[in-house]
Amino acid sequence: MRLPPYAELLGASLEVGDDGAPLIVMPFGEDVVGRPGFLQGGAISGLLEVAAIAALRHALAEEGGARVKPINVTVDFMRGGRDHVTRAAGTITRLGTRVANVEAVAWQDDRARPIAAARMNYLIERD
Amino acid sequence: MDLDPAAALKALQSRNFGGHSARLGIRYHDRGPDWVELALPFSPDLIGDEDSGVLASGPIIALMDVATSIAVWQRIAAFAPHATLDLRIDYLRPARPGQTVIGRAECLRVARSIAFTRGIAHDGDLADPVAHVAATFMVPSGTYPKVAP
Repeated sequence: MRLPPYAELLGASLEVGDDGAPLIVMPFGEDVVGRPGFLQGGAISGLLEVAAIAALRHALAEEGGARVKPINVTVDFMRGGRDHVTRAAGTITRLGTRVANVEAVAWQDDRARPIAAARMNYLIERD
Repeated sequence: MDLDPAAALKALQSRNFGGHSARLGIRYHDRGPDWVELALPFSPDLIGDEDSGVLASGPIIALMDVATSIAVWQRIAAFAPHATLDLRIDYLRPARPGQTVIGRAECLRVARSIAFTRGIAHDGDLADPVAHVAATFMVPSGTYPKVAP
């Protein structure tokens, strides 16, 4: 799986989690800062989106792939993103014939203490 | 008293050598009595889907996050540090590849510690929007300054 150009701008890279599912890792850096010392909300949202799409592509790859289009995204910002590495992973709540419901969480030191979470709906276009 | 959105954006971007919004090339575009517009110029490294050349949603969320944030300061005519509590975005249609995306934001209400905003992203025609956004902000401690009637 290849990440889009925007993931490169974020400095994000793809890792494989223990369960074989994709995990997106983003180091702290000048290009993702908002207020001094904290991640910008848009950079966190972008990371969550990259994680959600990676999870969806991973699931769809098993059935031969499909095009996905975002319908909407709701992001909750729970904690300030500090000067640490941020990880994000997507979970597919439901993979339907036309719509997929995906959740993504981003965390720093402790996965049980997320800095942000998002719910996304994607339109799926299978060939 | 008035708050200059262009100066507010410049201050935001200069406080930390630019940060994410400067890296994305976000700049001031226009304003009205109760709205502000920022611009996100197209760049190939903002692409989220290489097959279609369509922008990733991250840069559009970043644009709308900053625009709605400035709309709150415009409403209270002051700068108040605050954090985004939540942001919801509906993608009405893909932005046209190569086009600058304009983010128009307005503040609906500033309560004691929460501010409510909405915004529209478009690529030239406000009547043909790319995305619709609702975002809320919160001051981490204390309250927002009172809005003059």
